[in-house]
Amino acid sequence: MIRYIIRRLLISVPILLIGSFACYVLVATAGNPLAEMRFRPGVTEADIKAAEISLGLDQPVVVRYWNWLIGFLSGDWGQSIALGQAKTAVFPAVTDALWTTGRLVIGAELLALTLGVAVGVLAAVRQYSIFDYLATSTAFLMFSMPIFCVAVIVKNYGIQFNNVLESMGLDRWLTTAGPRPGGFTGSFGEVVFKYTGTFLLPTVALMLISFAAYSRFERASMLEILHSDFVRTARAKGISQGRVVFRHAFRNALIPVATLFSLNFGAVLSGAIITETVFGWSGMGTLLVNSVRQFDPPMLMGWLAVTATLIVLFNLIADIVYGVLDPRIRLG
Amino acid sequence: MNLAVEGGVVGSAPQAGSHEFDAAKTRTQGQLVLRRFLRHRLAMVSLGVFVFLVLFAFLGPFLWTYDYEDVTSKSYQPMSGAHPLGTTQVGKDMLALLMRGTAYSLQIALIVAALATVIGVTFGALAGYLRGFVDTALMRLVDLLLIIPQIAVAAIVVKGFSGSWYVVALVLAAFAWMQIARITRGETLSLAQREFVEAARACGASTPRIIFKHLVPNMIGSITVNATLAIAAAVLTEAALSFLGLGVQPPDTSLGVIVLENYGQFLNRPWLFWGPFIVLVSLSLAVNFIGDGLRDAFDPRQTKVRA
Repeated sequence: MIRYIIRRLLISVPILLIGSFACYVLVATAGNPLAEMRFRPGVTEADIKAAEISLGLDQPVVVRYWNWLIGFLSGDWGQSIALGQAKTAVFPAVTDALWTTGRLVIGAELLALTLGVAVGVLAAVRQYSIFDYLATSTAFLMFSMPIFCVAVIVKNYGIQFNNVLESMGLDRWLTTAGPRPGGFTGSFGEVVFKYTGTFLLPTVALMLISFAAYSRFERASMLEILHSDFVRTARAKGISQGRVVFRHAFRNALIPVATLFSLNFGAVLSGAIITETVFGWSGMGTLLVNSVRQFDPPMLMGWLAVTATLIVLFNLIADIVYGVLDPRIRLG
Repeated sequence: MNLAVEGGVVGSAPQAGSHEFDAAKTRTQGQLVLRRFLRHRLAMVSLGVFVFLVLFAFLGPFLWTYDYEDVTSKSYQPMSGAHPLGTTQVGKDMLALLMRGTAYSLQIALIVAALATVIGVTFGALAGYLRGFVDTALMRLVDLLLIIPQIAVAAIVVKGFSGSWYVVALVLAAFAWMQIARITRGETLSLAQREFVEAARACGASTPRIIFKHLVPNMIGSITVNATLAIAAAVLTEAALSFLGLGVQPPDTSLGVIVLENYGQFLNRPWLFWGPFIVLVSLSLAVNFIGDGLRDAFDPRQTKVRA
């Protein structure tokens, strides 16, 4: 097992290197970070030349990539070069954004997984019941739903709910414009109140989307297993329905869902980007959108490198989980 | 599997096989598939919706009074006879905008699906048939593309080159072919072991001939289904990208751009949000249902068992 993990990690290294190089070339060819400078009054050709040299833009791409890579690996991720902004270091900017997004995504994903699995199992056990049709069609509908529309709808009903609260003489509870900086203060009750108010809406929006995928997947894999021979054998032996479902079928039906959970990372990330934008959280999504708008290559590279590494890690976790849960699969 | 099939014929989906043989009329595979598809009620309704949306997008502008570029003097008109869906802040007619937006979203989605299918089938079939080096190289390329978030690459390309609809389509296609390539590769691996392929090779057929004359026609079912699903996925991805302001750029418009420009009016002028929302959802739902119907038509054994 350990040998397998080490081998997988070693295979990931060239993929990450080639991937980051491809990204670097893409970012380098996509635009000139100094383009805006030319339009500013009082900027001479010499100023631009000087800026180019200070950013190393006069060197070939391969050299620049090499310098970036060395810097990245030694913890020096460079400085943001977006114009009109204080020079921020890339490392804290990206890690802060990742922390913000992580807090949002982890809760939403765990909720979606729990609910999705529960609904999927119920739908499979009561196949063709009203509950099954309801669950299946809801999942299908959510699957065809644009994520940003779900987020917009959730947000606006949240605002209306707040208005109702206010008209009843209560405080506005749900936050629709991102978490307040500086964390939550006050008594325990107040902290809980503010915390849930801040997280509820974006979590619901993000959850609805993943939930559809999990429940569909769990239902399909549960159905397949309920129709398999070993379940029929278990039934034939006279084992009770509950025991067959939970002891024999459920455990096996969890395997593909567990893999989906770890493989889903990329999709969840893009969902989070959209949800964050709608709810005004300054996480990975906002960071990406801003870095692209202002065309900030160091920030973009930091963002891309972190997400690519995370995706590789999650893929590895998916394979390991698969191997642990299902001993028939031989890793190697 | 047998149990699954018995369970499968309970629903409204057409019963495959038995009674069609009883009819004692020989039908080709294609006719059978077409019959099953035409009897799939949900798929037919969806096909109707899809055709309606296509007509709405491409024929509508010729019939409707306003053009999507026309700026009337009336900002934020409510719904009325002159403007059935009201006007936007700058006074553009929402119905005209929707026609244009739907046309752009459709154009992009169809091109993405077509490109993704051609690239995916070619690469997948080559990898599965030739195996060895070609296969390894392809799978590594897929690994590579999987670790880079599509949304970021698309955003950078659109920012760096242009927000024209064909650029958006090309970037989306660059990431959409992998799914189809994987499925094609898998099916090719098993089909290539069959006798008819061996026979073709013994007759001296070239690799392209074996792939496109013998292998691809045998996979046409899953290729068609996945091409359809790729359309639905492309509609949603394009809309999401444009919604973030990183896809199609104004003054061009797409369904995502229309939602982006109007979702702030959700509470005060809800029709400006719900109009594009309904078009977007019915487009993606219709295409998904058509894909589902096609899947049932091509492979009736799967009916109702899949998720």
